[in-house]
Amino acid sequence: MKDLTSLALDVAKTYGATYADIRVIDEEHESIAIKNGRAEEITASTNYGFGVRVIADGSWGFASSFLVEKAEIERVARLAVEIAKASAMIRKESAVLSPIPVIQDNYKTHVEIDPFKVSLEDKLALLSRAEETVRKIPGVSISRASMDIFREKKVFASLEGSYIEQEITESGAAVDATAIKGSDIQERSYPNSHGGDVATAGYEFIKGLRLDENAGRVGEEAVALLSAKQCPSGEFTIILDGSQLALQVHESCGHPVELDRVLGMEASYAGTSFLTLDKLNKFQYGSPIVNINADATIPGALGTFGYDDEGVPAQRFDIIRDGLFVGYLTNRETAPVIGRQSNGCARADGWGRIPLIRMTNINLLPGDSSLEEMISEVKDGLYLATNRSWSIDDKRLNFQFATQVGWEIKNGKLGAMVKNPNYTGITPGFWNSCDAIAGKDEWRVWGLPNCGKGEPTQIMHVAHGAAPARFRNVKVGVGR
Amino acid sequence: MIDKGKIEEAMQTAIGYSTADQTEVLASSRSTALTRFSNNYIHQNVAETNMSISIRAVIGKRQGYASTNRLDKDSIKETVNKAIKIAEHRPPDPDFVSLPEPGPIILRDMVSDTTVNYTPGQRAAAVQRLLGVIMPRNLTAAGALSTGYTTVGVANSLGVNAVETISEASLKTVVMSPTSSAFGSAVAVNVADIDIEKIALEVEKTTVRGQNPVELEPGRYTVVLYPNAVADMVSFMAFAGFGALSLQEGRSFMKDKFGQQIMSQNISIWDNAYDPSTIGFTFDFEGVPKEKVVFIENGVTKGICYDSYTANKEGKKSTGHALPAPNPYGPLPLNLVMAPGGSSLAQMIKTSERAVLVSRFHYTNLEDPIRTVLTGMTRDGTFLIEDGEIKTPVKNLRFTQSIVEALSKVELVSMDRELKEGMLGASYMPWLKISEFNFTGVTQF
Repeated sequence: MKDLTSLALDVAKTYGATYADIRVIDEEHESIAIKNGRAEEITASTNYGFGVRVIADGSWGFASSFLVEKAEIERVARLAVEIAKASAMIRKESAVLSPIPVIQDNYKTHVEIDPFKVSLEDKLALLSRAEETVRKIPGVSISRASMDIFREKKVFASLEGSYIEQEITESGAAVDATAIKGSDIQERSYPNSHGGDVATAGYEFIKGLRLDENAGRVGEEAVALLSAKQCPSGEFTIILDGSQLALQVHESCGHPVELDRVLGMEASYAGTSFLTLDKLNKFQYGSPIVNINADATIPGALGTFGYDDEGVPAQRFDIIRDGLFVGYLTNRETAPVIGRQSNGCARADGWGRIPLIRMTNINLLPGDSSLEEMISEVKDGLYLATNRSWSIDDKRLNFQFATQVGWEIKNGKLGAMVKNPNYTGITPGFWNSCDAIAGKDEWRVWGLPNCGKGEPTQIMHVAHGAAPARFRNVKVGVGR
Repeated sequence: MIDKGKIEEAMQTAIGYSTADQTEVLASSRSTALTRFSNNYIHQNVAETNMSISIRAVIGKRQGYASTNRLDKDSIKETVNKAIKIAEHRPPDPDFVSLPEPGPIILRDMVSDTTVNYTPGQRAAAVQRLLGVIMPRNLTAAGALSTGYTTVGVANSLGVNAVETISEASLKTVVMSPTSSAFGSAVAVNVADIDIEKIALEVEKTTVRGQNPVELEPGRYTVVLYPNAVADMVSFMAFAGFGALSLQEGRSFMKDKFGQQIMSQNISIWDNAYDPSTIGFTFDFEGVPKEKVVFIENGVTKGICYDSYTANKEGKKSTGHALPAPNPYGPLPLNLVMAPGGSSLAQMIKTSERAVLVSRFHYTNLEDPIRTVLTGMTRDGTFLIEDGEIKTPVKNLRFTQSIVEALSKVELVSMDRELKEGMLGASYMPWLKISEFNFTGVTQF
C-alpha cells in the first residue's frame, strides 16, 4: 500500500502541491431487516477507493476514484492539483494548517465477536425472535427488527510524513413496532428510533441489546398509544429521556459548535450558527449544571476512533463548562482562526469525500439527580421519550422535536400515557431552563448513524452521551 | 469519459456467472465535480469517479442482494456468489413472484458535452461571474456549482437490458447581508443553460430587500409560496403516501380516499419522467419503463405508483417506480409535476390583503405521516405582504401544518413553473397562494 500512497503524494508534489494527503478506504457493510415475518432486506456490500487532497497555490483541491491502480492514482493526484489551482482563481487567503506531529501508527476497534463471522442463520434468528414477539402483540400493524454491521479499513498518508492505518468496526440493531388505526399512526422503538443504537464494537453489542426482551413492551406501547389521550398544549416542565436528549444535544449544541459552520463554510446548505466567534468564553449557553464535552476516546462509542481524517489524534475537550460556551469543534484549517490547534474533528464519509468538521461523541455530562427524583419534584409536567421527528432553523436557534411517547407527571408521579407529543424552544433559553440532570448511573452513550452535512452530502456516524434531564417552562403540543 | 460499454460488460459478466433461477444487475457509473464557495471565495473543490454493481439473485421465492465497486471479473463473480448464498439462506417470501419481464423502453440519453467536459477552471470562472454581481454590493455569497454525469444500467436474466446517461449541472447560492439572506438555484442538463448572472441579480435584489426584518406574531396567514417551498412540501407528501408500499401498509394518507376530493380543484399532481421540463431516466431501478402516474387530478385522489413487488402483490403491473432494491420505502416518484394555473407571482401579491411571502423552507420534517403534518422553518427571504404590496421583511417563522390540508386551501396557482431539486429527485412546481397556513413559532433572525 505504501508504494501507492507514496506515488499519489509524489505526483501531487511534482505538480505543485505544498500539502497533500491520500486516504485509501475499503468498506464492508451488511444490513439485515425482518418486517412482518419476512426478510425485508439482507444485503452485503463492499466499497473501495481513494481520495487525494492537496493544497496548491494556497487553495484546496480534492479528487477521488474507485480504481485503486497506479495509472489512476497518478491521474487523480494530477486532477486534485489542477482543481486546487482553479480554486486559487478565487482565493481569499492561503490555507494555513495548524501544526501536528508526524505520526506512524495503527488503531483498531476492540471487537470481541467479529460480526462478519457470525452466521446469517444466527443473525436472522436473533432478529426473528424480536420481530415475532412484536408481531404477536394484538393491534400491531408493522413489526420490524434490523441490524447493521460496518467495517472501514483506512490508510492515511500525508506529505508531512504521517502514515496511519485504522480499522473501525460498527454494530447496531433495533426493533420497531407501528400501530395504525384509521388516520392514527403510532410507533415505538427500542433501543432508539431511526435505526436503533450503534456502537464501535462487535456482535457482542448487538447481543447485549437484548432486543427480544424489550420487543414485547415496544409492541404493547405502540398499541396503547392508539387509545392514549393527546398530549396537552401549553407550557410545562418536561423531562426528556436520554435518547431524545442525545438528539437535542446533537442539533442544538453539536452542530452550532462546528467551527466551519460558524465561519460560514456551510452557509449555502445547512446554514450557519448563532454561536459566533464573539461568544467564545463569554456566552451563557445553559444553566450552571449544563456541561457538554466532545470525547472521541470513549471506548465503544460510535464517534470513537484513533485519528481523525487529517491524522490528528482523537481528543476529549470541553464545549460547555458550567453553562458557559468554551469550545468549538475544529480541524487543521479552522483552528488557527481562533488561535488554537486542531482538536481532531475532521472526518470524511468514505474515500470520495473530503474531511469536514464533524461531531465525534458530544456528551451532556451527568448531573447529581435521578429520573425518579426529578419526577418526584414535578407537580404538573411531562416525561417525553424517543425521537419521532426533528427540525431546527439554519442558525440552530428555533427547534421543534416530536417524540414517540409521553407520560403525564402529576404531583410527583408518572401518570397517563399521552400521544403525539412535541415541544419547541430557542436553544439558549431551553438549556438555561435545565434545572436537573440524572447521574452517571443513568448516563449512557447513544449512537447516531445518520448525521448529514456538506455538499456533496456526507453521512457521519456520531454519538452522544446523555442521562435524562429536566427543563422548565417549555412549550409543548405545538400546532394543535 | 462516458463509457456505456463498461456498464454493459459488467452487467453481462455478472449474469453470465450466476447460477440463480433469476438474476438482476443494477450498474451505475458516476463522474461528478463540485465547486463550493463561501465568504466570496472557493473553499472546497472536489471530483469523484465511481462505478458499482448491485446483484439480485433469485432462487424460487428467495432473493439475495450484494454489491461492489470492484469490477474485475473475480470480484464480480464473488459478489454474484455472495448474493446467491444470501438468497439460499433467506426465508422464502410468498409475495415475491418474479423479476420484471422486459418492457417497451424508449431509451434516451440527456447529455450535454459541455457539462460532461466542464473543467475546474470553467467552474471557477462561472463562480467568478456570480461574485461579480454580488461583491460590488458588499454582500457575501456561498454556494455550489456542480457538473457531471451518471450512467445507469439494468439487466436481468429475463431479457431486461437498459442503459441511459444523464448529465446534470446544478447551481445553488445563498447571498447574505448582515441581517438578511436570499437563495437562488437552477438545475439543467447543459450547464450553459444556467443563467448565472440572472440568478445573481435576483438573489442580490432579494437580499437587499430583506434587510432588517421585523418580528411577525405566529398564527394563521395566507401564504404565497415560491416553487422551492412547494417542491419541499409536495416531496414530503409524496414520500408519505404516493407509493404502493405505504398504501399496502396502511400508512398512506391516500388510503380509503380514492376518488374523493381532498385538495383544491386547482391542484393536479403527477409523476412523469418524459415531461420535457424535467430530468430523469426513462426506466426504473428494475429496468421497467416509467409510466406517467396521476396521483391527484383537480383535487381528487387518482392513483399511486408501483414497483414489481408491490404490483405483483395486487395482481397489477409495475408503473416503473422502483428504487434501488432492497429499500424500506417501496416505490416512489422521482419526477413530480404540478399542473400550472393561470395566475402569476405578481397577481398573488396584488390580490393579498395580508399574507406571508415564503421563498424557501428549511429543515422540514414529518411529525405525522398519515395526517401529513410537516414542521419546518422559512429561510432566505420571508416577507409580509399588505394591501397588495410587499411591505416588509419578517424574521423566519416556524410552521406546523398538514400538507394535504394546505393543498385544500389553494387560492391561486401560477402559470410559470420551475424545476427544483428536492428530497425526491426533480420536481417541476408552480408558485401557490394558500390561505390559513399555520405558523407556530418565530426565530431571532
